[in-house]
Amino acid sequence: MAATVIETPFTSKEKPGDWTKPSAMAIPKEGYFSLKNGRYGPIYPRTPACYGFTIIAKIKPGREDTIRAYGNTIEKAIGDIPDALATLKLHYLRWVLFDIGQDTYFMYQGIFDTDFDKYTEDAVALFKSLGVNTVFENLEGFPEDWKTNAPAFVKFVREHQCPSFLEYGEYPFVTADEIKKALQLKAKFSEMLDLMQ
Amino acid sequence: MSTLQQAQEIPGVLAEGSGLLDLEDIQHFLMSRPPARVARYEFLHFRNERGGRAWLAGLIDKVGTAKKVGSSIVDSRWVTVGFTCNGLKALGVDAASLATFPEEFRQGMAGRADVLGLTGRNHPGQWVGGLESANLHAIAILFARDVAERERCEQEHERHVKQCEGVELLSALDLEGIPPFDYAHEHFGYRDRLSQPVIEGSGEVPTPGSGPPLKAGEFFLGYSDEDGPATGMPQPQVLSRNGSYVAYLRMEEHVGAFRDFLRQNGETPEQQEWVAAKLMGRWRSGAPLVLAPEKDDPSLGADYSRNNDFNYRTMDPHGYGCPLGSHVRRMNPRDTAANMNRRKMIRRGGTYGPVLPEGAPDDGIERGIAAFVGCASLVRQFEFAMNVWANDPNFHELGNERDPIVGTQDGSYDLTIPKRPIKKKIRGIPAFTTIRGGAYFFLPGINALRYLVGLGKAD
Repeated sequence: MAATVIETPFTSKEKPGDWTKPSAMAIPKEGYFSLKNGRYGPIYPRTPACYGFTIIAKIKPGREDTIRAYGNTIEKAIGDIPDALATLKLHYLRWVLFDIGQDTYFMYQGIFDTDFDKYTEDAVALFKSLGVNTVFENLEGFPEDWKTNAPAFVKFVREHQCPSFLEYGEYPFVTADEIKKALQLKAKFSEMLDLMQ
Repeated sequence: MSTLQQAQEIPGVLAEGSGLLDLEDIQHFLMSRPPARVARYEFLHFRNERGGRAWLAGLIDKVGTAKKVGSSIVDSRWVTVGFTCNGLKALGVDAASLATFPEEFRQGMAGRADVLGLTGRNHPGQWVGGLESANLHAIAILFARDVAERERCEQEHERHVKQCEGVELLSALDLEGIPPFDYAHEHFGYRDRLSQPVIEGSGEVPTPGSGPPLKAGEFFLGYSDEDGPATGMPQPQVLSRNGSYVAYLRMEEHVGAFRDFLRQNGETPEQQEWVAAKLMGRWRSGAPLVLAPEKDDPSLGADYSRNNDFNYRTMDPHGYGCPLGSHVRRMNPRDTAANMNRRKMIRRGGTYGPVLPEGAPDDGIERGIAAFVGCASLVRQFEFAMNVWANDPNFHELGNERDPIVGTQDGSYDLTIPKRPIKKKIRGIPAFTTIRGGAYFFLPGINALRYLVGLGKAD
């Protein structure tokens, strides 16, 4: 099925779109169509692939194994408290380590349903409680006082954000909550059919 | 939202001798409500440092402290002073010190219009009283027991301003409670002051359901907050300690449009009350929809031991009582939001303008609420509430809604009222309110006021 390329910018007032029609969005170099400020800086647009960020930062030398170990830490934390990250309204997180020359970089990619500024302080508090925070401490330039200085944390994240120039959604603009509701409905409906037997 | 009524109805008074808070240094404004019926806000400009400092020097002894207002000393007027960032600069605070204040305060409310949703009719370009101007330097809040006392204070202040060369009155606003005076309410008729945070060390006892007292640092600079010891305070310390930030909003209430809306969406008076309750999340009596989902219960509304004692997560998860997008559920999501203790604010203020009698057509006279929101971090507390809770169209996955009372409305947003078997959706909510002005002020402690006066000593 051919994707529809949307050329007109979406504003902050995107209406729920047509999820049956896959769509793509090309994004200007600066990461937004027109400058609109959130509490901590420009707001990046909601795209057919929802809101998201891609943070890329160089890691401190020799920290690769330490960072990889966080994979298990987070896995366990979510195993213990499955809804620990609920505030972030996430679809997916992807953590990647890769080399450029002699240096190793960390890529933190998230897809979620709210612009990051809205829940920044909540995110920082969550990171603290889960220990995600300390993974950032292995990155070069991360503010040492981040625990008491949410704006500095946000500044780091924003400085290392690499905006997409294309995003695509097979079921555009659908939130994680909508997807979960649809799956629940399907399960309940199956259950109902069972009860009708 | 708040109105100026008798303070006695609020349970709990300040404890004498509280060791935690420097009640002799903190301005009374956010700590306790004086038993005032009327008020006047005066907005000032300082053409030169010397004049501004002379004005402050003459007023400093009249500024009410938390200790004085909390005590039983008989008084009939209470003064509070606050400064914009431009105002601190106009008094002679140097650039290095100003740079230690948070960015949002330095930019001022008009500069944060995008963040706050101040667009369209709410845009600072449409404001009145010169509040959008860089010339706005200070506010003097005068509370008085009655109109006669307020007029006396106004004249006294006018004389004082005239004696201070270079000090100008930009504008002023008179506030009066609206009848009936036996309970606090605003022009739409909703009971007010039902949910206020209590500060640890104030001696006040939270009403049931209001949660435990919060650390003083959530509201006053220099104290531990809910996250730990105070950090990153503006410098010098003498200037910031015991101070607070307040966001001021002059919010016009379109009573005619509000009543028309109720009539359009409810055939009988009972149905209209139901619609009014669904917009707010409480009946106009104050009775919360979570506890009184079917019909109003005025005795519950007036009972402070019960009228705030509810949650959402277990008692009304789907919003069949209190809609997910109603005003009170947005401005205080209780147990359905993260880090609530870091988002609490103290509300002050009152009503202005004449009452529009029931049944009367709108007379075009401006009336509304002139409110202050007090906190220790504008970006974390006030701006979060406006940006996310009031104006995020996708709050609670609603998709296309904003706060029906304080959100920025232009007729393109909806209100979903969960209802069995099928929800009711009211499309095209009109703007019931318009922001006519606003500002960010810093309310320094008394020692800080003396420090500001003393800045001129080297002249």
